[in-house]
Amino acid sequence: MAGLLNELDRPVDRRVLVLRVNGEDHQLLLPVHKTLLEVLREDLGLTGTKHGCELGECGTCTVLVAGEPQLSCLVLPVQLGGREVTTVEGLTAGSELTPLQRAFADLGAAQCGYCTPGMLLSATALLRSNPKPNATEIREALAGNLCRCTGYSKIVEAVELAASGRG
Amino acid sequence: MLRLPRLRFLIPDSARQAAAMAAEGGPTTMLVAGGTDLYPNLKRRQFATDTLVGLTHLRELHEVRGEASSGFEVGACVTLSAASRHHELHAGYAEAAGLVSSPPLRNAGTIGGNLCVDTRCNYYNQTQEWRQAAGYCLKKDGDICLVAPSSPRCWAVSSSDTAPMAIALGATVVLAGTDQERELPVSALYRDDGIDYLAKQAWEVITALRLPPADGLRTAYVKLRRRGSIDFPIAGCAVALRMEGDLVESARVVLSAVASHPLEVHAADQLLTGARLDDETIAAAAEAAAKPAKPLDNADLDYFWRKRMVRVVVEEALRKAAAR
Amino acid sequence: MADLKVVGQPLPKADAAAKVIGAAVYADDIVLPRMLHSKLLRSPHPHARILSVDASAARRIPGVKGVLTGQDLPIRFGILPVSQDERALESEKVRYVGDPVAAVAAVDEETAAAAAEAIRVEYEVLEPVLSIEDALRQPGDERIHASRSLPANLHRLQSYEFGDLAAGWARAAHVREDLFFFQGNTHLPMEQHSAVGQWVDGRLTVWSSTQVVHYVHRALSKVLELPMNKIRVIGAAHGGGFGGKTDPFAHEIVVAKLAMVTGRPVKCTLTREEVFYAHRGRHPVLMWVKTGVDEEGRITAMHFRSALDGGAYGSYGAASVFYTGTLQTVTYDIPAYKFEGCRVFTNKPPCGPKRGHGTPQPRFALELHLEKLAEEIGMDAVELKRRNFMQPFTRAVNWLRVTSCGLEECAEKVLAASGYRTRERRPGRGQGFAISAYMSGAGTAIYWNGMPHSEVQLKLDRTGVTAYCGAMDIGQGSDAVIAQIVAEELGIQAADVRLVTADTDSTPIDLGSYSSRVTFMAGNAALEAARKMRALLDAAVDARAGVPFLEACELAETKWGALSTAGSYTPPRIGGPFKGSGVGPSPAYSYSAAVVDVDADARTGIVRVNKVWIAHDIGRAINPLLVIGQIEGSVYMALGEALMEEQTFRRQLGLHKWPSMLEYKSPTFVDTPEIESFLVETVDPEGPYGAKEAGQGPLLPVIPALNLAVHDALGVWIDETPVTPEKVLKALKDGRVGPKMFPAVPWPEPIIVEPPARDDMRVGAELEAAFPSA
Ligand SMILES: Cc1cc2nc3c(=O)[nH]c(=O)nc-3n(C[C@H](O)[C@H](O)[C@H](O)COP(=O)(O)OP(=O)(O)OC[C@H]3O[C@@H](n4cnc5c(N)ncnc54)[C@H](O)[C@@H]3O)c2cc1C
Ligand code: SF4
Ligand code: FES
Ligand code: FES
Repeated sequence: MAGLLNELDRPVDRRVLVLRVNGEDHQLLLPVHKTLLEVLREDLGLTGTKHGCELGECGTCTVLVAGEPQLSCLVLPVQLGGREVTTVEGLTAGSELTPLQRAFADLGAAQCGYCTPGMLLSATALLRSNPKPNATEIREALAGNLCRCTGYSKIVEAVELAASGRG
Repeated sequence: MLRLPRLRFLIPDSARQAAAMAAEGGPTTMLVAGGTDLYPNLKRRQFATDTLVGLTHLRELHEVRGEASSGFEVGACVTLSAASRHHELHAGYAEAAGLVSSPPLRNAGTIGGNLCVDTRCNYYNQTQEWRQAAGYCLKKDGDICLVAPSSPRCWAVSSSDTAPMAIALGATVVLAGTDQERELPVSALYRDDGIDYLAKQAWEVITALRLPPADGLRTAYVKLRRRGSIDFPIAGCAVALRMEGDLVESARVVLSAVASHPLEVHAADQLLTGARLDDETIAAAAEAAAKPAKPLDNADLDYFWRKRMVRVVVEEALRKAAAR
Repeated sequence: MADLKVVGQPLPKADAAAKVIGAAVYADDIVLPRMLHSKLLRSPHPHARILSVDASAARRIPGVKGVLTGQDLPIRFGILPVSQDERALESEKVRYVGDPVAAVAAVDEETAAAAAEAIRVEYEVLEPVLSIEDALRQPGDERIHASRSLPANLHRLQSYEFGDLAAGWARAAHVREDLFFFQGNTHLPMEQHSAVGQWVDGRLTVWSSTQVVHYVHRALSKVLELPMNKIRVIGAAHGGGFGGKTDPFAHEIVVAKLAMVTGRPVKCTLTREEVFYAHRGRHPVLMWVKTGVDEEGRITAMHFRSALDGGAYGSYGAASVFYTGTLQTVTYDIPAYKFEGCRVFTNKPPCGPKRGHGTPQPRFALELHLEKLAEEIGMDAVELKRRNFMQPFTRAVNWLRVTSCGLEECAEKVLAASGYRTRERRPGRGQGFAISAYMSGAGTAIYWNGMPHSEVQLKLDRTGVTAYCGAMDIGQGSDAVIAQIVAEELGIQAADVRLVTADTDSTPIDLGSYSSRVTFMAGNAALEAARKMRALLDAAVDARAGVPFLEACELAETKWGALSTAGSYTPPRIGGPFKGSGVGPSPAYSYSAAVVDVDADARTGIVRVNKVWIAHDIGRAINPLLVIGQIEGSVYMALGEALMEEQTFRRQLGLHKWPSMLEYKSPTFVDTPEIESFLVETVDPEGPYGAKEAGQGPLLPVIPALNLAVHDALGVWIDETPVTPEKVLKALKDGRVGPKMFPAVPWPEPIIVEPPARDDMRVGAELEAAFPSA
């Protein structure tokens, strides 16, 4: 029961890991029990990745692992096995917004913006595997990402706009 | 930020070695695949675990071998999304895998982990602080069941979406122990107990799920949950039918989320076998299937309602399977 | 105003780009050198006396740098002057599971959490009070707040009578009474509350995820006994509030105090579970309403009662009670109106303002009630409602002054678009129609002061123009609105206006981003400041037309020297000559109408929303993109409340049933229908360019419209929220699901208020001069 104090007595299992994040390799000495979410935010300063529950229930912390959306709050870096991680900071090459980011900004798909990084990554993965998704496919692909501000409509429109190439 | 406890993380070279590590570590050591079930539970301190043995590094556990005609062997670490997208797997199985939680979770959650997913209860899947405030229960640290206080056992709910389908298919799992491997029908993997819900040794590693040949099997899985995504099942039904013309040659109906184990309803199977799959048969089978379902007040929505809905999901699953 | 260039444009939010590249810095993203992490220890009991707190074990843990208990923060605070009933850390008793009692600062979160757990608190457990009924009875052990003058656990008690009720009842051809219950629910912003405190050389800086830097500033000053000029509060990029971050919170005070004690920056970010305990969400409200109508269906009199389950502390509750009673009269024209409302304390997390603050509950009740009334007298419900619609430029019986009012137009838009009148009538398919009104900011400040409600300063120099505004952009896009107004007046692009907002050091006062007040109030202040600046520019540059803006700025600086202008906005006095008239008046009311279309399955009770049509009288859309965003977000939140969201507690334990994102059901993409929005622009005489509000009003009609659609589909009445499948089945069996009685409340004698003349539009000094001298 009163366990947290006892936990502090345990030794910390630390590993040297090379994480490939947004195209850069980072060699880090990490406690193995730190989740990817914590490492991104606290060790790499990539605070663009947000969190709303840390339990896999909200999708806010979504990043891409080898191109697929995953919940960074439930990923241990030791299990990445060299797979590349992409965060919101890694979407843009240089200073230009991607068409998807542009569409999110222009259409008001980001209100408070807190769910936005996760949404963008889920949507990026969708557009890579299905460049012309219809509204139902968009809703299904993003259904693990909650948003409390937008009512989702503008997010669907933004993904459609980015897919149309008109954005 | 909710964080994991300090852990040792062991990386075995083989499933056997994983089993050996887990056996040696004893009760505070656990196997982990995608971690999508285990990590939230650990963050809430539902286990006193200090060591994990990782399985996802084992390449052979990621393979899907075989073909539709001879049956597939699906590696335990194949992700739910890979399984759901696999066009040749039984439609009902892929369907069940694709209905687990949400898209990003399915990219990490594995089919082996899904078979072993911990039983759930609204008094148990809570943080340490909450459980302290509520008073601990049988499943962790306490000595009564808060849902059924007069009961000597735990009624936590089996919440796997794919296990019922695997059972309906007559699938087996391959288990690696410390010094041997064995094959076990998925139906024999579970015990009717919310705490000791698995009938295997804690250290035994599921290396693969063996699915039978397609061979005319028609399968469907219907899941009831509050929202169209993220949520666990609050009732579900897996059906595998073999038809002879419009007569049912054989049928297996297995329910999810209405007991501490995937609930096989042989009464429904018997009713269906040899019958014409008309509205009447479907209704009778659904009625028979609903009878043993015993939802309690430890999951989402009212348990009376959940009990009533069992009929609905069974009927729907039968119709869907027949139409495939 | 035909030639508006920037106002009316659907421009992206000012910070949109920062948010899509992950560059926006939210409170939890802030990392300062040597920063410590804080964790609060919270009560496991709903109601208990604190006998002792022993933090010695926590202090001994390596890495722990500071420990606070109730002794360290004894001064009470609270958002309203009448409810100074909270402490950052309680030392005498705890009043809900989650009430903070101690806090730790340590080198990391892991250590802080372990140290918090190591603090030993001895409690004497008291019988908890967990329902409205229980709270009205004499408590078994003791009252939740012992010092209050009202009996039992009553917090507030109000009674008013406007107009001649007796005559109204006498005139009525039909009278009907109904009971309704609106379940409590919470904001669930995606961002968990977070604050960082820093103490340097006797000056405190706090960054917070607050909606109102000014209120945090005041609370810190009071509790820490520091003058306002030693404290700076900065609103970090905001991850969603919906009213849930408008109170000052324990963690904000704790990080400040811990920073003062340790000399190091301290951060505290709540866990999701703690966010459920911080709460301040929608009050559960029990309601009784009685209405009389004449032969034509015109309302002759209405009597409305509400009982609010307030949770453990006052919060905004004193205002919330009023809000359950005041806006009835600005949606429907009610010639005689009686309102009785009470709020009780219970041992649950405190309720407060959530989107629509106190008005979604009565709106729900009233829309269902009138529909029932219409059915009873065999009249078309839409027609009955229309006959009673509030008209523009009318003063309501309780003195609220309605200016622009697009109710008719809103109703017509959604009725036509949805095909409501010609809808297919078959079991299982239904549509529901409802209307609403909401305030564009409260006419009276929540604490007495003579300052403007909002001020905007402009600085202009060779580098262009900067607007300084105290309002916090919480995602609704208020920064963009300020920029567009300034740009419109100066004849430049919105993107050329730089913004400094929500920083108590550098920005003037604004009473915060809640109550739908920013566009109206800060917008008017910005307009005034910009017009003054425009005059200065024009005077410095002969022919502006040809001169590029930056050049014009330099010319202006050359002519005038350092250049700044300011604008302020104070709403006029609108309320009538009676105590309590301060809650409800607003310089303008927005109007909405909605139709919801559902499939409701009689076998399963499952309701599927097919589509929502909503029309909103925004006055003028300064930025239609943002207005639509607010409307769609409101519809979403309303559907969640209508169908699945509820903040409920385990009996006896007083414990939140499911403080998690998994079990507190917020609709996902696939649960949210298509939403078709219509903007109605009535151009309000007092709003900036005629603008009113959009952040809250559109939530209101959707909840009753959903219930009415289920009624339309299945013929059942579900007189409470949310409409869960089990309730639908129960209603199919019993005809109705809903409360069966309204408890006995010791209502006081009503305050009798003489109603104004219906066409009396006077405000301010003119109005006050006309008040009877009594
Ligand atoms: C928000 C949320 C929603 C969810 N919704 C659903 C849902 O709808 N339906 C559903 O079925 N599940 C759901 N889950 C649970 C879980 O994510 C899935 O069951 C997933 O498939 C588990 O797989 P995993 O690889 O992540 O398992 P892990 O978390 O790695 O392991 C789970 C358990 O299985 C054991 N284990 C894992 N692999 C093996 C193996 N090869 N051999 C032996 N033991 C093993 C572990 O020791 C552990 O006890 C949900 C989880 C979350 C957080
Ligand atoms: S069913 Fe009973 S014993 Fe099992 S987890 Fe729930 S409360 Fe605990
Ligand atoms: S933070 Fe909610 S899913 Fe990871
Ligand atoms: S934009 Fe605020 S949560 Fe999605």
